[in-house]
Amino acid sequence: MEVFTWFADWLVYGLLGLAPATPLSGALQFFVEDVGKIFFLLIVVVFVIGFFRSMLAPERVRKMLGGRNRWFSFPAAVGLGAVTPFCSCSSVPLFIGFLEAGIPLGVTMAFLITSPMINEIAVFLLISTLGLEFTLIYVVTGLVVGLVGGLVIDRLRLEHWVEDYVWKIRMGETVLPEGPHGLRDRLSYALEQVREIVGRLWLYILIGVGVGAGLHGFVPAEQLMRYAGPDNPFAVPMSVLIGIPLYSNATGMIPVVEALLAKGLPVGTVLALMMSVVALSLPEIMMLKKVLKWPLLVVFIAVLAVSITIVGYLFNALF
Amino acid sequence: MDIKVLGGCCGNCDTVMKMVADKAADLGVTVSLEKVTDMGAILGYGVMSTPGVVIDGKVVHAGGIPKTAQVEAWLKG
Repeated sequence: MEVFTWFADWLVYGLLGLAPATPLSGALQFFVEDVGKIFFLLIVVVFVIGFFRSMLAPERVRKMLGGRNRWFSFPAAVGLGAVTPFCSCSSVPLFIGFLEAGIPLGVTMAFLITSPMINEIAVFLLISTLGLEFTLIYVVTGLVVGLVGGLVIDRLRLEHWVEDYVWKIRMGETVLPEGPHGLRDRLSYALEQVREIVGRLWLYILIGVGVGAGLHGFVPAEQLMRYAGPDNPFAVPMSVLIGIPLYSNATGMIPVVEALLAKGLPVGTVLALMMSVVALSLPEIMMLKKVLKWPLLVVFIAVLAVSITIVGYLFNALF
Repeated sequence: MDIKVLGGCCGNCDTVMKMVADKAADLGVTVSLEKVTDMGAILGYGVMSTPGVVIDGKVVHAGGIPKTAQVEAWLKG
């Protein structure tokens, strides 16, 4: 990835002739480097995975989880949630389809929590930008948060707080058309995936890199450390709260996380911010409002916020 | 030919609507095109991932934007 650092240095300090170590040139250098790096990685990863993906369509996941006991379905739901990408528009039909198949509410919730938080694209990008250690921490805690969130909702027996019409919907049986076959088909499917996913993510990434670059160049580390550093005991819940109205996907958050960690903020606090922005968002909440009554929605938000906060404190204490 | 596009909120569904309408006009095929947004109806077709395409009552596609060649094949089929 040094080529992107090299290119950014050349462009900003060489071609544009800016003096090094000023806020503007620092921010610009960060922006150029990260835009190059993230888009390059994104295109490569989406293409490769699109090529090999064995069509983990939600319809198929539903079949896998239906009618199994909880010892199987809970871990399977968080695991599948982590590997199946779907846009937040699909949460409603997914939610109804799962319940209709007899998948318990808690298991469905576990799937919905993990799915936006962890996906293969974010994982590859995290490894190549922030390293294996942070990635592992992120993935493991994401799975645990999904599992715990689902189990708590399951224990509380909140089925009566799901909108009544949801239980009345009957799902049709359809043989879905087969996925791509053969080399040519798979290649063109992979290219199509690149086009669709990059088309969906590019704005989030540009905004994320812009925020990261602004933090990198213009926000002094001391100031950030004073508000969100280890000396502020409320830094973790604050990050979670800040994250709720903000919405981005895991990929768009990477440059922000990169900049914050480089400023020396504690890992747990940064992790809490990232998870809150990605998993708890207004658009997702509005979407779920269509199928959940207010009390259950509040429980969903509270369970997630609390588990993310615990994760944040835990990692601040460990590292 | 009776074509239904299944979809909730993403702009993707409108893209598919437009693709089908444009292609049908190109080929001179008369179609009745309808967008289905009711969740009960969408799930009734057995589709969870949108956009989906239903032709004469049969689901031919789900979970993404179809390729132009596919759309052409449906309209000619």
